[in-house]
Amino acid sequence: MEKQWQEMTADEKQEAQFQKLLKPKDPGGNDLKFQSPEAEATYKASITRIKDAVQLKKTPDRVPVTLLPSMFPFINAGMTIQEAMYDYDKCVAAFNKFISEFKPDMHIGAAAPGPGKFFEILDYKLYAWPGHGVAPEHSYQCNEGEYMKAEEYDLLLTDPSFYFRNFYLPRVFGALEGFTMLPPLTGILEMYGVAFNFIPYALPPVQGTFKALFEAGAEALKWAMAMGGSNGLLATLGFPNILGGFTKAPFDVLGDTLRGTKGIIMDMYRQPDKLLKAMEALVPIMIGMGIGAAQQTGNPQIFIPLHKGADGFLSDEQFKKFYWPTLKQVIVGLIEGGCIPFPALEGHWGSRLKIIQDIPKGKSMWMVDQTDMAKVKETLGKNACLIGNVSSSMLRLATPDEVKAYCKKLIDTAGKGGGFIMGNGAFFDEAKPENVKAMVDFTKEYGVYK
Amino acid sequence: MAKDLVKTLADLKEKEALEIVQNRLKAGDAPLRILDDARRALEIVGKRFSESEYFIPDLVYSGEILKQITDMVKPKITKGQEVKRVGKVVMGTVAGDIHDIGKDIVVFMLDVNGFEVFDLGIDVPAQKFVDKIKETNSKVVGLSGFLTLAFDSMKETVEAVKKAGLRDKVKIMIGGGQIDDQVKGFAGADAYGKDAMEAVKLAKGWIGG
Repeated sequence: MEKQWQEMTADEKQEAQFQKLLKPKDPGGNDLKFQSPEAEATYKASITRIKDAVQLKKTPDRVPVTLLPSMFPFINAGMTIQEAMYDYDKCVAAFNKFISEFKPDMHIGAAAPGPGKFFEILDYKLYAWPGHGVAPEHSYQCNEGEYMKAEEYDLLLTDPSFYFRNFYLPRVFGALEGFTMLPPLTGILEMYGVAFNFIPYALPPVQGTFKALFEAGAEALKWAMAMGGSNGLLATLGFPNILGGFTKAPFDVLGDTLRGTKGIIMDMYRQPDKLLKAMEALVPIMIGMGIGAAQQTGNPQIFIPLHKGADGFLSDEQFKKFYWPTLKQVIVGLIEGGCIPFPALEGHWGSRLKIIQDIPKGKSMWMVDQTDMAKVKETLGKNACLIGNVSSSMLRLATPDEVKAYCKKLIDTAGKGGGFIMGNGAFFDEAKPENVKAMVDFTKEYGVYK
Repeated sequence: MAKDLVKTLADLKEKEALEIVQNRLKAGDAPLRILDDARRALEIVGKRFSESEYFIPDLVYSGEILKQITDMVKPKITKGQEVKRVGKVVMGTVAGDIHDIGKDIVVFMLDVNGFEVFDLGIDVPAQKFVDKIKETNSKVVGLSGFLTLAFDSMKETVEAVKKAGLRDKVKIMIGGGQIDDQVKGFAGADAYGKDAMEAVKLAKGWIGG
């Protein structure tokens, strides 16, 4: 009898995930119908290649290559970012064309622009986006701030969901103001008094918030259908997307969008114990976020963008105390849950390599932006698959020959013995299409293992 | 004798440093002398940063302490008293880009190292840089940007400076997330700096001081 999921080891879970990816299904649960036998062969060869690169047990047939763009597919199609955010069909068409033309082994879907109308319905304040603070042709950008106040750690620690709903969300979504009037759900206990908990739902601001939620939900679903359609179509053409969702390092959760960069820095000096406690509390929440997304989508790869752990931001001591312990717990928790963590080392991480190499072997894939790839290979690369690190400036400014020369160097060093996926180092917007093409085509030619 | 403000602030002891300032003000010490000590402390902070003893959190925290000290001292400064400046720098995040954390750290480090900094903020059109250079006669311009779109904005800004006939009157430095020497060449800037202390070093090299 087959082992139940709960009884499996992390190794068995990962193997089961890859076996499932090798037998893709359509949304109806039937075997996916590929558009041609070649497409099916391409799809399965890509999955096998990625599997071998991730597991570090076997050298793949060649270096896999991935494309992880931000806005490039849409800019390249001659669209503004605004169009990509508001016209889901146009967005998906551009993305489908991009993948069909450039033919990577793996992609992560057309979700980067996100649904513009949805953000409008909710009056999203955390970001400026085309028509709402930036020009139509420019990408959305974060409005940093202290959306969580210095004195609110106890509130967050006592009941994170209550804190998010009643304090954080109304600050970042104007339309969710009504949430501030809702009592905690944990007060709903027995017959006596139960009705008191529901009175706020009769108030116009609360009803207004729920109305906005219904509308936002409908819009999000409309957008998700377009994204899902794109993934499905691309799969039938032989291009897999194995991304299941994302989660974050607890330090970045607090430092990016809750306390903000300056806020978390002050907390490191003024209330380090509270900060550490809050990050501990976020560990199971961030693991659950990743595993939940993987279960919902059926894809095991969980993206973890890493920001404030980069070189120079924290000292080594601060990194070891504040950043790494809880991030490692999240990574290990995801692996034990059968996910493939996909952290991105954004910026430079050379000084952290000796610390972060201490992770379970063959269970994760790391996107490397600007760190010296040879050094990453000698450290983290012993335990994990590496992706990258063709830089944004190279894709935007170099010549195809320079890109090829750099890719050759990457294949010769990082690609040695497997465990490497060619790709861009940072999510890119503007780039020369011929450079992107050179990266993919050269890897397919030169990256074959003999 | 009260404890040494320079050392206390350089060691990032917030409470102690503020106490010292309060006591010195009470004792009738000259506000400018206090500010001068604070600046000397921040120079040490900058030096420790460039020697990798301090990191960005330490810079930001020292800035926060300095701000509190300045707020305490400023009301006591009488008109006409001013801190001597070594030179002028125009700074801003280029058009289309609204990232400010890196730029703010550079502005702060230039400021505590004695430069008069004209911070134009974020999403700054090329013409605004040109106007400010003309108005202030600044010899150094710093362009900040985090996104790839900033490559083009930086190039356009440098070109606007050239078109205004100011290119040989100023030195232009660039920096930010995806910026490197390749971008420097593309934009036609004079230098790329990887962090705030490099910006200080570049500005000092060009202006002196």
